[in-house]
Amino acid sequence: MNGHHNAETGTGVYRLPRSLTPNGQAAASDPKADPKAKAEVDDRRVALPAAPRRRRLQASRPPMVHRLTELSIHVLAYSAVAAMILIIIFIAKEAWPLLTSAAVHKEVTLAKMWFIQQWPGYDAPEYIWQPVADIPKFGVWPLVVGTIKVTVIAMLVAVPLAVSAAVFVSQYASRRTREIVKPTIEFLAGVPSVVLGFFALMVMASWLQDLFGLDSRLNAVVAGIALSFAVIPVIFTVCEEALGAVPPSYIEASVALGAARWQTITKVVLPAAAPGIAASIALGLGRAFGETMIVLMASGNAAILSANPADSVRTLSATIAAELAEVVFGGPHYTVLFGLAVLLFAVTFGINLVGDQAIARMKRRMGVSS
Amino acid sequence: MSRSTEAQPSLRASRRPRTGDAVLWLATGLATLLVVLVLLVILVDVVKNGAPRLTLGFLTQAPSDGMTAGGIFPAIFGTLALVLLMTVAALPAGVATAIYLHEYASPTATATRIVRIAVNNLAGVPSIVFGLFGLGFFIQFVGGGMDKLFYGGNKVFAQPALIWAALTMAILTLPVVIVATEEALAAVPRELRLASAALGATKFQTIWHVVLPQAVPGILTGAILSISRGAGEVAPILFTGAAYFLPTLPHSLHDQFMHLGYHVYVLATQSPDVDATRPLLYATVLVLLLLTFALNATAIVVRSRMRKKFSGSHA
Repeated sequence: MNGHHNAETGTGVYRLPRSLTPNGQAAASDPKADPKAKAEVDDRRVALPAAPRRRRLQASRPPMVHRLTELSIHVLAYSAVAAMILIIIFIAKEAWPLLTSAAVHKEVTLAKMWFIQQWPGYDAPEYIWQPVADIPKFGVWPLVVGTIKVTVIAMLVAVPLAVSAAVFVSQYASRRTREIVKPTIEFLAGVPSVVLGFFALMVMASWLQDLFGLDSRLNAVVAGIALSFAVIPVIFTVCEEALGAVPPSYIEASVALGAARWQTITKVVLPAAAPGIAASIALGLGRAFGETMIVLMASGNAAILSANPADSVRTLSATIAAELAEVVFGGPHYTVLFGLAVLLFAVTFGINLVGDQAIARMKRRMGVSS
Repeated sequence: MSRSTEAQPSLRASRRPRTGDAVLWLATGLATLLVVLVLLVILVDVVKNGAPRLTLGFLTQAPSDGMTAGGIFPAIFGTLALVLLMTVAALPAGVATAIYLHEYASPTATATRIVRIAVNNLAGVPSIVFGLFGLGFFIQFVGGGMDKLFYGGNKVFAQPALIWAALTMAILTLPVVIVATEEALAAVPRELRLASAALGATKFQTIWHVVLPQAVPGILTGAILSISRGAGEVAPILFTGAAYFLPTLPHSLHDQFMHLGYHVYVLATQSPDVDATRPLLYATVLVLLLLTFALNATAIVVRSRMRKKFSGSHA
């Protein structure tokens, strides 16, 4: 009784949701209600219309459809795992004859791919990639060096630009600038790589050739710069997130100690966000290493082993893309190309794993809620 | 956000030399400007050279005269068919994975960690590797198996086809759908779940009737982003179904198809007469860019609306 009284004033232990009580009051003032019963008690009894409904819910077991849907959610949740396992199995399966097949070994072995060979008609031993010559030559070093060259150029362009842009957007830019720059870079991320390759091939290559007077129009520099356009958004996005996740208290403390903005950025913000920046660079590196269409279109695709960035290059991914369409299924060349895919997969997998771990570490350091 | 505005006045109070800030501001600002300029230069070049050729006929006709005349309708049709099939395959699996990760799984369980590692690494697998996987798994293993079982060894499914390209692309875009859906689920206020549970709803009822309807914009964002990706990626379909030129539109799942991105690649690299195809090439790039930009812009708008809505109800 006392309890109910408090419920009216909204302070007691028996307080009921306001939406439920008016019903009860109406019932209490109903002339048919037992006059001996206290209005307050009646009030409380009528005020629990949810009770029977609740019981019905508990009594009925969840319908079959619900349980089936729940089951399929749990099964489908492993589709990414299944895909990953299938990718590993089927890429490795096609590359496996490289290690075991005698027929393949007549033309190529792992040793012939990785160690220098003396080819008939050549003065000195050389690393050569000529898979469709009379004597097929599968020396992979020109491709590996080409991939590294293009990737390094792309990273040299992309890392300073993307990290600087992330610093600017997260530390200096006004709200309005930020709202222009961030979607713009998201759009850059949305440009299909075939369009970047097209632009490099049709437009940028000529500009760079005129600018530097290069011999070959398509070369590692053109491909590397075009590739950096695909990498910049990856690095920028992760980096900007990492810089934004630095707790404001760090910055306030630094400023309170009298540090200037640039001192705060270089001495406090950047070190605090270092794992995230490292992760962004790792993810960008993975993207650069595996990207196909840009290098296929802009690198010139000549398997030349040289350190000169102005030479035409052929990368691992572009080799697979350019050659797989014309090989005999299951033949040595086919097997070697899947072997290159294993290499590509393993390297990017490793790089991404490092990047993901760095991100996880950053999140733990900053607290997941931020 | 408030950080920078709070920090600036206190900086002004202290009389530190300003050169350091000026240098850092200028350097990082120039880098930002350069990145933005890259996009602008590409856009201006493509629009300037592509717009004159972009007519209704270009969008509705088939290519003719060895790709030097006519339009790109078959490529548009093939791209749409590809992304439609891809979405049908990727969306249920992606949404289910996200629901599992965010609503059911305990974040520390080994199974959850394995799923997460798989999703993260799937996103990093080079696209050309997906192409090889599609060839090795879908075409040779699944397609070959189907042919042996149902077609007496005749080659029907064991060759590049629309269905295999779409499934390969579905696996490639799976992480996009998962990440976007998970973000959407995380944005649904906890109070809604608690209220639903307090009314006696089961976990499944809460997810189905309360959480998922709220997360629809986020799921849509994921679908749109994956479609944008599917329209632009070329490497995975090089060997799994794309064709340079087809006299007819694909009319079954085991037909090959034309694709906007692949069309750009072939016109740019393998055309015998580059000058004759250049206007068409530019117009095709413009169509591809407009398509992906429209999709991305929609995704950005949907996502920011979703964020505003939830932050509004939260505060």
